[in-house]
Order: sequence, then structure tokens, then C-alpha cells
Amino acid sequence: MSVNPLNRLADFQLDVLREIGNIGAGHAASALSLLLGKPVNLGVPKVRLIPFEETCDSVGGPEQVVAAVFLRVSGEVSGNLFFLLRVEAARVMLRKLPGMAAGPCESFSGLESSALGEIGNILAGSYLSAFADLTGLNMQPSTPALLLDMAGAILGSSLAQYGEIGERALLIDTRFLRGEEEWEGHFILIPDPDAFDPIFRSLGVPLP
Amino acid sequence: MIREEVVKVGMADLRTIRGSGILRTTGLGSCVGLSLYDPVSKVAGMAHIMLPSSELAWTPSVSPAKYADTAIPELIRQMTELGALTGRLEAKLAGGAQMFASVSGGDSLRIGPRNTETCRRLLQERHIPISGEDTGGHYGRTIEFHCGTGVLYVRSVQRGVREL
Repeated sequence: MSVNPLNRLADFQLDVLREIGNIGAGHAASALSLLLGKPVNLGVPKVRLIPFEETCDSVGGPEQVVAAVFLRVSGEVSGNLFFLLRVEAARVMLRKLPGMAAGPCESFSGLESSALGEIGNILAGSYLSAFADLTGLNMQPSTPALLLDMAGAILGSSLAQYGEIGERALLIDTRFLRGEEEWEGHFILIPDPDAFDPIFRSLGVPLP
Repeated sequence: MIREEVVKVGMADLRTIRGSGILRTTGLGSCVGLSLYDPVSKVAGMAHIMLPSSELAWTPSVSPAKYADTAIPELIRQMTELGALTGRLEAKLAGGAQMFASVSGGDSLRIGPRNTETCRRLLQERHIPISGEDTGGHYGRTIEFHCGTGVLYVRSVQRGVREL
């Protein structure tokens, strides 16, 4: 048994993680604005230790059906990165792409799926390269996977490592939205519990 | 018709009921939803299990429901208090999917299948038969156990509802 690394995260460390979410999602949102030809706004990243039961609250609860692009990040920092939208929001967003007329059907067509996967890939790439530039740490994303499923099944399945160390997980959750309520989505970075030391060391942030 | 009371079982949580009512847990991915039932006393229990073994724990856990090896004895203990007999229990399992199997390194721990395998082994050790199972695959599930009938309903986004 060793010490739970999450117990060492005080307000200052959480602020640093919030800034990482801000910079990462800021780059990703600019890339998305370019793709859509329209500005995309960002919310203030939410960074806190969340009880497992509440990890899906920001996206509509564990049963909310979402479209999620998932990438596994490995290297000096490892973790799980999600680009996640409610299915209806994904459909509205797809319709805004040049040459794309999203159908009304329940599932996505092959073209729609590959467009979503590719968007997720581009956005995750910008998020991670901003993160890597900031910290100077080496990280490689896996190829992306597109999942259409309940938010609880998707996010919950990425928390096993947190399950081993306690009852809460750390999510860097940045909401992005188009217009007032046209659609919204989330970038969610869940660093592995052992990723915090290298992140803070790289930025010269003292650990209590 | 009287609306039955729904008891929500959270992640890494377990609950028991008796006589009537519904036990429900949502968004199972790699987690396993285990229901135990004594059809004679109509005592039912459900656990939303996250990990196979408490040996994986870095720190002592405050929630026995999180691990298969601590959830199953605790569920049986609470059900016995409500009047269930271990010798009459039957089990149903759902979940244990591999959500990220298509991503390299995304599912290297194989948590879902290990959760299922561990539950099966622990139930077998206690001579509790498994009367229904819907596990594996790459998709999420929501489950509801109806205490009055002993039926477990398994719902998924693409496959609709299955009755166990």
C-alpha cells in the first residue's frame, strides 16, 4: 500500500491542471472553429476530484447516449482523452460541415462516423500538442475510436486505475459550445493517477 | 397498477430489497452488475462492481461493493439479514464489456472480462448457480432487477431490452 497521489493535490495544483485544460481545449476549439468556419466558445475548465457516481453529471448522467472519440495517451504522461458530445449535438455539428447532410436515422452513417472520428482526431491532436508544448513532455495518442454509447459505460470504464486508489477520480473537463445553445460538447482529459508527478515536475510546480 | 419503488444502485455501490420493488444500475461498461435473489423469501440484492479484487487496492477501501471479492460476501451478508438463505440464492450477471478494445493500450488491463471471470469463480465457490448472464461485448448496459418476478432486464443502446 502506498500513498494516494490525489491527496497531494491542493488548490494551487488544481489551478495548474485547470490551465492545462484551458490551453489544450483552447487550441482544440480554434481547430474546430476552422473546420466549421464559425467561432466556438470555451467554458472555464472544471477540475476537481469527483466521486465515481458523479463523473457523468456534466454530460447528462450515466444513461445519456453520447458520441465519444476516445484516445489513449501514452509516453511520459499517460491518460485517457475524450472528445464527447450528446448524439443530437453531434448531428447538429455534422450538419455544419461543408458537404455533409446528416440524416435523421438513429445511428451514424459510415461517412458521418469517419467525419466524427477525424474531427476528434484533429481536436485531440491539438489538445495534446498544446499540452506537450507547455510541459515539454513526450506523449503519443493512440488511433482514435468512436463510441456511441451511454456516458456511464464510456467514462466509467476509464476509471479503473482510480478505483484502485480511492473513491474519486480527477477529470479535466472543458465545455465548448457554439452560439448560445446550438450545441455543446466536452473535452475530458483523465490523467492516469501516476501522471501528476511528471506533469508538475515539468512545470516546476512544488508538490506538498 | 401500483408503481414499484426503484432503488438506485450507484457505481461501486450495493443495495438490497425484499418483497417488491426494482433494483436499478445504469451505464455498466467494464463494471459488472450482479444480482442475487432468493425466490422463496423474495429478497434481492444488486452490486455495481468496478474491479475484480481488493488486492489491487493501494489504500484500504471504504466501499466493499467496489471489488468482486468484497462485494459478494457483503451482499450475501446483507441479504441474509433480510431473511435470505445462501443455499437458495441464484445469480444473474450483466456488463463486463471491453469498451476500448479497439484502441491500442486502451484496454490493456482487461478489467471487464476479469470482473466477470472473478464473479463467476466466487459464485461457484459458494455454490450459487448463475441463472442468467449477458456479459462481454463492446457496449454499455443498464440493468433492472424486478424483485416480485425475479426477472433481470438488460438494456443497451443498439440492442434494446433483453430479459434474463
